[in-house]
Amino acid sequence: MSQHAAILPILIPFAAALLQMAAKGFGIATQRAIGLVAALLGVCAASWLVWQADTGGVLVYALGNWAAPFGIVLAVDRLAAMMVLLTALLSAAALLYASAGFDQRGRHFHPLIQLQVVGLQGAFLTGDLFNLFVFFEVMLLASYVLLAHGGGLARTRAGLAYVVLNLAGSALFLIALGMLYGTLGTLNLADVALRLQTLDDNHALARLACISLIAVFALKAALLPLSFWLPQAYAAAGAPVAALFVIMTKVGIVSIMRVQAIAFAPATATADLLEGWLLPLALATVLFAALGALAAPRLRDLTAWLVLVSAGTLLIALVFPQAQVSAAALYYLLQSTFVAAALFLVAALVAERRGALSDLFQSGPRLHAPWLALAFLLAAASAVGLPPFAGFLGKLMLLSALRDSGQAAAIWFVLLFAGLLLMLALAKNGGRLFWERSPHHPHAIAVPIGWHRAIAVTLLVSPALLLALFARPVADYAARAATQLHQPHAYIAAVLGEYHVTVQRESRP
Amino acid sequence: MEALLAIAIGLLTACGVFLMLRPRTFSLVLGLTLLSYAVNLFLFASGRLQMDAPPLIRDGASYTDPLPQALVLTAIVIGFGMTAYLVMLALRALGESGDDHVDAKEKS
Repeated sequence: MSQHAAILPILIPFAAALLQMAAKGFGIATQRAIGLVAALLGVCAASWLVWQADTGGVLVYALGNWAAPFGIVLAVDRLAAMMVLLTALLSAAALLYASAGFDQRGRHFHPLIQLQVVGLQGAFLTGDLFNLFVFFEVMLLASYVLLAHGGGLARTRAGLAYVVLNLAGSALFLIALGMLYGTLGTLNLADVALRLQTLDDNHALARLACISLIAVFALKAALLPLSFWLPQAYAAAGAPVAALFVIMTKVGIVSIMRVQAIAFAPATATADLLEGWLLPLALATVLFAALGALAAPRLRDLTAWLVLVSAGTLLIALVFPQAQVSAAALYYLLQSTFVAAALFLVAALVAERRGALSDLFQSGPRLHAPWLALAFLLAAASAVGLPPFAGFLGKLMLLSALRDSGQAAAIWFVLLFAGLLLMLALAKNGGRLFWERSPHHPHAIAVPIGWHRAIAVTLLVSPALLLALFARPVADYAARAATQLHQPHAYIAAVLGEYHVTVQRESRP
Repeated sequence: MEALLAIAIGLLTACGVFLMLRPRTFSLVLGLTLLSYAVNLFLFASGRLQMDAPPLIRDGASYTDPLPQALVLTAIVIGFGMTAYLVMLALRALGESGDDHVDAKEKS
């Protein structure tokens, strides 16, 4: 049984989606029950996977027992297991929140969210690049429909741009894979790493393939010239959908991290692939997003810009090959994901209470919801990186890990300045939402929150405190994950086993 | 044959990109379709072009690489599903705004 642990995070939501579609006639309560049971099982399976991955080696699961490089494998290291657990927790919270009524604003919400989880988990777990493409598409197709869930012209308009952009991205992904297969003759990541290391002088095509792959991941991660879609799409999506979407930029970032550490950095042909251009673009992304946050008219827009700030911050960390930097980035990734998702939910709850004013930053009625203000305060303080919270620790670790790099001055300035801008934006607008009262507006609408949504918001806000309280074990785990990530030999040996000496290859013209 | 295929892929890509940059959703859909045709041909060619060879390995007989064919099949299926969804979304935008401009302005 334990050797099948790697596939469980994919199978559980997949089975749940099939069951939900079969049980469509039994009403929404059955769908919700199936979804919540699947989410609970998913969290258990992911925790088990983290525990297993933390025992040391890379778990390799050969689908259909076809050994790599011929078959498709799932490869679970600490990083993959951590991302799987994060996705499971986030999707559980999104599902809980949606179960309070959002799921009835359109059709097929429950199967779609489960399929989105299938795609996300698969993208983190797979060790094969074409399989990664397939899981990306599963994730994207579900996200296209989820983005439009609830209807309205704003969602359709944002959805159209989002779909078209990602279809173009998929085309580029396929071109990159075709070039990679054409030059190296393999699409298994570990095998690609080995082939890249033994490449002869004529490696222009392989480099082009690798950089196209990075460009596709950068589109998902929303690096600056490719990031204009993000604020519009995320702000237009419904709150639980937007909360789940927060992890999608992280898929791009983790993919870059993985291909860079395992395949590109150790090979001489592609070692300098990220040098020179990624750092300025990542810094520009952070500044651009911080300015966007300052100008945002609504809380959900501001949160979408916050997602972009954290994506830019993580992209800065990708430039540096030191395990210490990656470890800090992983800790920052965890907290920034939870916090942004929490803010999306808070924005929706505020909007619901203010009626026509929505979550626009205008003075309005008194909300009579101190817990909501508290949730906002915790999430916002962690998002800008104020002391006792996880955001502060994440930023501190990242800044101190980057202290010795040559570009430390620029990075410190940009990160701290962006933090200041975010603090201004959140303090000014948070005060306006929760404190400033205008006598002209009618009373706030009293909406009971319900246990679903209360648990969902608690689940997403509490990491701001818990990750700070248990910073030592979490940071240690992140450090172990980063160390493992930067030892590609162990990964390659685990995936290819004894095969990698004996595989016969014909030379390609 | 390589030159012919290369020219075809290049032409399809160029037309696809041009149509994608047009402001109407209809030409956008057509452009993406052309682009996906180009990509499928490109993927197919990544296994090298062989004439009269089956994708089966037998002693002595010539064969063609079966993997790109499997990849192309997957890519075609996914591309087809995506295009179908895009068409539905474009129709919905047309219905809601009364205009098939990609920025779907509000009905005035």
